[in-house]
Amino acid sequence: MSRKLKQRIVKTVSVVILLIGAFIILIPFIWMVSTSFKGIGDVFKYPPKFFGSEIKWQNYPAVFETINFWGMIKNTVIVTIVVAVGQLLTSSMAGFAFSYLEFRGREFLFRFFLFAIMIPFHVMLIPTFVIMRNLKLLNSLWALILPCIISPLSIFMMRQSFLSVPRSLGEAAAIDGCTPFGIWWRIFLPLSKPTLATLAIFSFMQTWNDFIRPLIFLNSNKKMTLTLGLYNMIGNFATDWGLMMAAVILSILPVFVFYLALQDFFVEGIALTGLKG
Amino acid sequence: MKAKKLKKDGRWAILFLAPAIIGLAIFTLYPLIESLHISFTEWDLFSPKKFIGVNNYVKFFHDATGLKVFKNTIVFTLVVVPLQLVTTFFLAVALNQKIRGVRFFRGAYFLPTIASMVSISIVWQWLFNTDFGIINYVIKLLGGSAVNWLTNPKTSLWAIIIVSCWKGTGYHMMIFLAGLQSVPSTYYEAAELDGCTGFSRLIRIVLPLIKPTVLYSSITCVINSMQVFDQVMIITGGGPARSSSVMVQYLYENAFDYYKMGYASAIGWIMAIFIFVLSVIQFKAMDNSDFSIE
Repeated sequence: MSRKLKQRIVKTVSVVILLIGAFIILIPFIWMVSTSFKGIGDVFKYPPKFFGSEIKWQNYPAVFETINFWGMIKNTVIVTIVVAVGQLLTSSMAGFAFSYLEFRGREFLFRFFLFAIMIPFHVMLIPTFVIMRNLKLLNSLWALILPCIISPLSIFMMRQSFLSVPRSLGEAAAIDGCTPFGIWWRIFLPLSKPTLATLAIFSFMQTWNDFIRPLIFLNSNKKMTLTLGLYNMIGNFATDWGLMMAAVILSILPVFVFYLALQDFFVEGIALTGLKG
Repeated sequence: MKAKKLKKDGRWAILFLAPAIIGLAIFTLYPLIESLHISFTEWDLFSPKKFIGVNNYVKFFHDATGLKVFKNTIVFTLVVVPLQLVTTFFLAVALNQKIRGVRFFRGAYFLPTIASMVSISIVWQWLFNTDFGIINYVIKLLGGSAVNWLTNPKTSLWAIIIVSCWKGTGYHMMIFLAGLQSVPSTYYEAAELDGCTGFSRLIRIVLPLIKPTVLYSSITCVINSMQVFDQVMIITGGGPARSSSVMVQYLYENAFDYYKMGYASAIGWIMAIFIFVLSVIQFKAMDNSDFSIE
């Protein structure tokens, strides 16, 4: 068998495998969209058909009428944005200290942060709940925000990124009278935009999709986030699959749009975490 | 000069590190120590804590439900991790070629990763529906008989496993792909000149070269699997008869349904210790393994 023929066979087999895989990955999404346009009558029909007897787009407006969807979106957006901005600020500040500044105990302190990356959140669940209770922050969005603003992993990533910025840039600026604050803000931050974007995306995904914190900290309808709202919907509307699927689609749509707009950053980000983590 | 700079930098360092240190102290260090403390007590969140030594830990290993959720979590991890890593590795290898539609594949495989586990779980709950779900429909088309996926104790955990593997595919594939792309093409050519091609090249040349990626993937996969929660809560609720119940869920129930804070904390620590031990084992295994380049 010639080399070229062999290569073509390998390529064809690869594409076939990838297509089968993509099919398995996409089928649930396709079925989700199909179900979201069905009324109850079409949902419970056997054998299942891709198109029901009618296209019932009313499931979508119904989502806004049956649950406080706008409120849930608003809460989720607030928490997500505050956490992301907070994380970027604190991580880049700490990362700057750990990479550029020289001070006693730097390595020791840094090890400590590295250790913190490995602690599973669930171990701290109960004390965090008690802290929030004592601060009277239960059932407040702050309970979701405060514990997440410091992310040891982001601090680590920022440090790695800053280490690749040439030291001499900072030193030159210092000779010209620039303070460490100026060096951080005017030189290091602008040079690390890709890392900042990546961390923002990861923070966004994590917070938007977080389930256990809202489950534990929130209990009123007014404060509910999207994941918790969907979870509560299961109890009340579990058999109206058309409505449920419409709600699911509406809840993941913002993330999808965000992803499509920034796909390359996502991919870079995965590569970054994967190779350096 | 040097000492002066050290001192001057030191002041700035305090400023730059203050938020991180304060945050870490309040929301990591304190909860960590406090949860260890709570795990040695009996506490219902309201009355004073009663010190009972290691009783909570001993109790877990004599608690039939505790052992059951522990076993489920381990089975889940032992199935998901190898399955996930092997399939995503080969998918990444297939994608790491000059083929058309790379962007499409990348985008498609990544969709489950960005959607929340909660929403994904709701969709799968519908797919697994015994009478009207399309999974059983396909099974019947192929000549099988309908499976009570979520109400049969023999299949409930497998339903959770299927969903978890499906969701994680994109993430791990992307990590492997990044690793594969960091291998210089000269290595492939050199291997080919020595007559090492195809599958053996993949296992003997490529895999050792991306060892750090494999290690990262397997460690994160184990950590995530040990902490599985969302999909269990939504798809089966741990049932039927605890057949798909897992550790975090048992922890959650003990803490916020039964108000057994001490016992719940002990479960958390047992889980954390287990995760730590498994991580160390993986580090050691990768270090000593002779799958490195001679």
